[in-house]
Amino acid sequence: MSTPFYVSPQQAMADRAEYARKGIARGRSVVVLQYTDGVVFVAENPSRALHKVSEIYDRIAFAAVGKYNEFENLRIGGVRYADLRGYTYDREDVTARGLANVYAQTLGTIFSSAAEKPYEVELIVAEVGNAPEEDQIYRLPHDGSIVDEHGSVAVGGNADQISSYLDQRHREGMTLGEALKLAVESLSRDTNGSERTLTAEQLEVATLDRTRPQQRKFKRILGRQLSRLLDEHGAGDGGKSADGDADAGDEAAADAGGAAGESGAPGAKSGKPDAGSGSSEGSESSEGTSDDA
Amino acid sequence: MEANTRSTGRLPAAFLTPGSSSFMDFLGAHSPGLLPGNRPLPPVQGAIEAPHGTTIVAASFPGGVVLAGDRRATMGNVIAQRDIEKVFPADEYSAVGIAGTAGLAVEMVKLFQLELEHFEKVEGAQLSLEGKANRLSTMIRGNLGMAMQGLAVVPLFAGWDVDRQKGRIFSYDVTGGRSEEHGFAATGSGSVFARGALKKLYRDDFTENQAATAVVQALYDAADDDSATGGPDLARRIYPIVTVITEDGFRKLTEAEVSEIVRAIHERRLDQPDGPRAALL
Repeated sequence: MSTPFYVSPQQAMADRAEYARKGIARGRSVVVLQYTDGVVFVAENPSRALHKVSEIYDRIAFAAVGKYNEFENLRIGGVRYADLRGYTYDREDVTARGLANVYAQTLGTIFSSAAEKPYEVELIVAEVGNAPEEDQIYRLPHDGSIVDEHGSVAVGGNADQISSYLDQRHREGMTLGEALKLAVESLSRDTNGSERTLTAEQLEVATLDRTRPQQRKFKRILGRQLSRLLDEHGAGDGGKSADGDADAGDEAAADAGGAAGESGAPGAKSGKPDAGSGSSEGSESSEGTSDDA
Repeated sequence: MEANTRSTGRLPAAFLTPGSSSFMDFLGAHSPGLLPGNRPLPPVQGAIEAPHGTTIVAASFPGGVVLAGDRRATMGNVIAQRDIEKVFPADEYSAVGIAGTAGLAVEMVKLFQLELEHFEKVEGAQLSLEGKANRLSTMIRGNLGMAMQGLAVVPLFAGWDVDRQKGRIFSYDVTGGRSEEHGFAATGSGSVFARGALKKLYRDDFTENQAATAVVQALYDAADDDSATGGPDLARRIYPIVTVITEDGFRKLTEAEVSEIVRAIHERRLDQPDGPRAALL
């Protein structure tokens, strides 16, 4: 039995943080933006079945990047937490703040417990209010901190660059189409400055729409509706996105079924970096090029 | 059990255990006391007095199914509530109507709705209509102890089967026995009369509006002969709850729509108090 080397607490924490950040930086990004009628989530995700964005409760949704099994576990935990709380008290008593707190405690405990591997995930929990001022967006990094965000936020591989791009261009009162267009522009910029084209098939888009008559405000934007929104604003911009919502209802209902119907390729989710996921780390170049095409 | 000194507010293990998509299973594992069937009932003499809901009827038509219920809750010979609602959406494509002990039934519906929603959120897909009907069966069976004390809950479940593209109706007994009904069904104290009425009125080529009219006629007849079933209260504007489930999902008819049907029926019954006559042969 060998004597372990002494590692200072600072060093141990720094190592864990670096480990988690590297894992997160490997995946593609998710951006979340406020628009007039709510909050829109846009993720680059070729899989139709393995979601990065999901419904938690009536007004609350969840987005995540990093290791799929870890954030899926947290997502289900969140759904159970929300449903139990709503069942015990009332549906109104389930809030994003409460959920974000529970996530933060969970991530924080795991991060600082030497016996556990830190989770390589970064989460966003958002709640749509009755008015834009009441919308809440929380970002939860891997270490259990909570960041209260406003307007726009990005997490994942290229988060720093995307965030600054969004910060410069996002403004209040954008329509859904405008916000979606901005989100796609930001996601399609690579670290090296080149741009890729993202098609509807490569995107996972969902909204928390306060104008939705149903109690559950979450809806996925899929297929034709998504292509139409992208085309409309890719070309002439300007237009209306309000009417996009009108027929959204029908497809929304169909979405759940459609989503799981085709059980997509497993593994598709681990999303890949096209070389160099830019952000923080510095050492990512080695991972960046790793897996899939 | 070790003292809870290490609690950090993180999600307890049960929340993060993968496996089940059922909220009831989760509740059973994490806080079994919250499950309705798990509450011990003190021994009591005789039946417990509590408000009971009464008649629910359903009828299918080519594009879907209608489910309707009267508005009365009774406790013995007292009308406990005259505007109770006993028909609820279970999810986007199904609805459940309840007869029996109102308090327990409403809680059962709440848990059933949550069970379906929870599954949908966790799995990303809805349960099949059969699957939903079976879950409801399990819940009724969980209430068997209470049922034997006189606190039975007997629902009627109707929904649009997305796979088979048709409306379907399921009826239950107190032990959770489930049977699919073809055409029409009724449950509750006035169900005998309602079923008799529907038997004479029902046709399988109904439109949505005709099906809605037929179920309201049936409720009218039930109220005519069963003291625990409430008829339409024109003075107080309390009309039956009528819901329709089609390919487009669940829809509750507005008060104005139901009022129109009710008034038309009422008008005709001023001349013919027993309602429409069926042909003899």
